[in-house]
Amino acid sequence: MAYPPAARSSTAPQPSVKVILTSADVQRVVDRIAHQILEKTQGAQQTVLLGIPTRGAPLARRLAARISAFEGVDVPVGVLDITLYRDDLRRHATRAIGPTELPAGGIDGKRVVLVDDVLFSGRTVRAALDALNDVGRPASVQLAVLVDRGHRELPIRADYVGKNIPTSLAESVKVTLAETDGADEVKLYGGDR
Amino acid sequence: MIRHLLSGADLDAATATRILDTAAEMATVAGREVKKLPALRGRTVVNLFYEDSTRTRISFEAAAKRLSADVINFSAKGSSVAKGESLKDTALTLQAMGADAVVVRHPASGAPHRLADWVDGSVVNAGDGTHEHPTQALLDAYTMRSRLGRIAGLSVAVVGDVLHSRVARSNVLLLSTLGAKVTLVGPPTLIPVDIAQALAPGTDVSYDLDAVLPQSDVVMMLRVQRERMNDSYFPSAREYARRYGLDGPRMRRLPEHAIVMHPGPMNRGMEITPEVADSPRSTIVEQVANGVSVRMAVLYLLLGGNNR
Repeated sequence: MAYPPAARSSTAPQPSVKVILTSADVQRVVDRIAHQILEKTQGAQQTVLLGIPTRGAPLARRLAARISAFEGVDVPVGVLDITLYRDDLRRHATRAIGPTELPAGGIDGKRVVLVDDVLFSGRTVRAALDALNDVGRPASVQLAVLVDRGHRELPIRADYVGKNIPTSLAESVKVTLAETDGADEVKLYGGDR
Repeated sequence: MIRHLLSGADLDAATATRILDTAAEMATVAGREVKKLPALRGRTVVNLFYEDSTRTRISFEAAAKRLSADVINFSAKGSSVAKGESLKDTALTLQAMGADAVVVRHPASGAPHRLADWVDGSVVNAGDGTHEHPTQALLDAYTMRSRLGRIAGLSVAVVGDVLHSRVARSNVLLLSTLGAKVTLVGPPTLIPVDIAQALAPGTDVSYDLDAVLPQSDVVMMLRVQRERMNDSYFPSAREYARRYGLDGPRMRRLPEHAIVMHPGPMNRGMEITPEVADSPRSTIVEQVANGVSVRMAVLYLLLGGNNR
């Protein structure tokens, strides 16, 4: 999960902001992951892309579009909302649930590639695996992320990583996408280094 | 988010819409192989029923179980209530058992409001006397929205025994919040004077069903509640059926798209004929299915997060 920078008083030192990926970089990274998926899934046969809201959903659609452009394969795309499977539901006010849209062919027996923007603690992915379990039985599950910032709290790793960013826990990574935020960018906030 | 759901008036338009949107997502669970979500794992929901009920109790039970909550069913028959235990003592017992939510149905109007002062958990009113039944109003609104695509601007006729109907009261409150135009229809003896103004200004009253039907998008038939009638409110059942019952010819006077609703249980032949109840316009079975989704949404929004 990406977090926005914490609000600070004006007397505190200004947090540093560093652009990690520009719009062009994001595009190249998506292209590369699309190629990698094609390579590792024998041309994306029997494969389904499932985006995790919010920003995983447009990323999954972009990957499908690139895969289609490269090899003319139409990969089914869906959205998997994981809100009800989170392990921190009780720590926050009730969260709104988003839609879950599975492709018409379902996911049974398919190779499912979960798509998210940032891989951090791994808890979101754990929730997604639980959610997946309740909606069908895929043959296998893979994980694609735009950014891996480390600090895993669970034994989870990604199969496709756009960019590894070594971070400290004081820092936060913010991904913005044209579909949800108006522009493509990945920024690293904070740390006051 | 609200802590209790006691009245249709507890909900503003934004909260009510949020419940209906959440219910729409919950409804997709019913079509899955595994009809279970882990959101309320480890929470306890007590169904406290002082009055007979089949569909509401089962509906709440199914909703809580689909969200993985533990459900304790308590009915007044065969419990300490039969030995004379008061509502307050029962409430304190439930409190001691750690109930996170109490779903209560009670013959006395206002009982859930009292209960809300005594327990720490959330209280959901599942029907109190002749007062309110807010989850029924929510599922009715959900049914209208899924059949007709909207609620704002709809003309809704609520027909029959308004005097004894908690469904009518909650519906008038909720539907006017959501922008529908409600007309209460029934014999003058069964529509309290000034009820429309008292509940929601803008609500109409009519004593002539045939005049109201051609302008209605939704007709909601109410059950004639004989168990609450200790007076003669109309001369005979046949006369009531003739003037206020919905039969085939009356149904055909409705606009093409209009739907017919009934909260159940029905008195077939009294307020509704089998021809109407079993017609494609009737949403009666749909209402039951929607009830589970709506109650899942209510329980999730009350208990799903840390709202204290």
